[in-house]
Amino acid sequence: MPHLVHYIYIVSAALFILSLKWMNSPATARRGVFAGETGMLLAVTGTLVGQHVFNWQWVFAAFLIGTAIGIPIAYIMPMTAVPQRTALSHACGALAAALVGTAEYYRETPHGFTMVALVIETLLGFLTFTGSLMAMGKLQEVLPQRPITYRNQNLVNLLLFGIAAALGVRLMVVPTDTWIFPIFAGLALVFGVLLIIPIGGADMPTVIALLNSYAGLSACAMGFALDNKLLVIAGALDGSSGLILSIIMCKAMNRSFTNVLFGAFGQLQVAAGKTEQRPVRSASAEEAAAILDAASSVIIVPGYGLAVAQAQHKIRELSDNLTRRGVEVKFAIHPVAGRMPGHMNVLLAEADVPYDKLVEMDEINSEFAQCDVALVIGANDVTNPAARSDKGSPIYGMPILDVDRARTVMVIKRSMSPGFAGIDNELYYMEKTLMLFGDAKAFVSDIVKELPARVAA
Amino acid sequence: MLSNLELSLYVFMLATFVGLEVIRKVSPLLHTPLMSLTNAISAISVVGAILITGAQGATTLSKVLGFIAITSAVTNIVSGFLITDRMLKMFKRREEKK
Repeated sequence: MPHLVHYIYIVSAALFILSLKWMNSPATARRGVFAGETGMLLAVTGTLVGQHVFNWQWVFAAFLIGTAIGIPIAYIMPMTAVPQRTALSHACGALAAALVGTAEYYRETPHGFTMVALVIETLLGFLTFTGSLMAMGKLQEVLPQRPITYRNQNLVNLLLFGIAAALGVRLMVVPTDTWIFPIFAGLALVFGVLLIIPIGGADMPTVIALLNSYAGLSACAMGFALDNKLLVIAGALDGSSGLILSIIMCKAMNRSFTNVLFGAFGQLQVAAGKTEQRPVRSASAEEAAAILDAASSVIIVPGYGLAVAQAQHKIRELSDNLTRRGVEVKFAIHPVAGRMPGHMNVLLAEADVPYDKLVEMDEINSEFAQCDVALVIGANDVTNPAARSDKGSPIYGMPILDVDRARTVMVIKRSMSPGFAGIDNELYYMEKTLMLFGDAKAFVSDIVKELPARVAA
Repeated sequence: MLSNLELSLYVFMLATFVGLEVIRKVSPLLHTPLMSLTNAISAISVVGAILITGAQGATTLSKVLGFIAITSAVTNIVSGFLITDRMLKMFKRREEKK
């Protein structure tokens, strides 16, 4: 019987890989989820039946509680809160790895390579646990979005990490020094907090992806410590996925990992030049409706502000309405639009925007020059032409959506206040730009109201 | 013969490359569901938690830590798979719309 379990694990591993492979297209993605579920069910059942498991009451009680917590989270969580849920699940996954490592340490005080794996597992596990909770707090806006900084912060962090790492190495060499373990675990927990608090809200997509990678690697280290290949494979898949996503996010903001982690980006920038009052052209909903109606192609550029204003459904109404009038409507999605990788796509899909209208930055940028109207809603820094031209700008070099190349630009915005990067946007002062001041949801619904009236007239 | 450690390192190396290749092909459209799916999958650490909790003669400490670990991992499995599916159901093409 014990041998059978190992074959079941091989099948599970294959199903996990297939599951991720099928995620490459929306057409096969749900099959991918099914494959993942099957793999998980096989592995868990195989373990319960095939390995010699005692203390059933503990195991089953934990299963029941976990399921009872998991189901409501999955169904009640609004799509705007998905980043928080993701951060929470990184915390849970990392906690599980850290606790299993701790229990394993006190059970048999392993030595040699197993101890090396165990130290890595608990270090990553504990720091990812508290780090993810901090990220969740920032996303939920329980904690301040702006970076929390103090003098010699990086030095303090480095020192703390150094001590934790030194204690870890000491544990690897002399595993019997049990008094070191709680100190080691405590330092890892504190380091997780200190690592995340200086990171600003705008960098959360990168941080979430990075924490995803850490959580995966701690599960992977658990596989090494327990000598279980299935854990090694699943952890490596999760780790590489997080790594790729964080690289994509870094590129999308033209930043390096070190800069994201230690740069404290997004502080209130006093030096960023006084914003003198410059004239802008503004327009009413009626004028905007007239321009949109006369256009033959419109590109909508949504940012997170759209979701904050809960305007997703209104913008879909506008898009449907324009499509019916023969206007070609597309959505331009910047990789960091939203609070985590791909977040904006989910928010628009929830509002029933067909996914073939959602176009990535690299594909749509060449189309702005031919488009009649670019309608920017709740996006700011990702449309700022200074990223292309102004070498002195803090966002210089960041890939942006070439909104300024459209024939007419319309920007729905509450006021002239700057975005995350704290800098002024040249786009708003251009000759062809019309500022539509107001709440995104209310303004879009006003535009929609103006449209049918024109047809009837 | 390879030792268990060497075998595990081979498995790790190959799985990382497979992961990088497979994930690279995932459309940015689905990056959010991808992250919740990989999250659910990495909660396979529940297997380790079961083995710790269910070991013969496990101490109370082991059982309590293992219990919390199973609970968090199962929460991730259940909510991860379900929310991924919930998100994917929202992605529709134009012609599929009512």
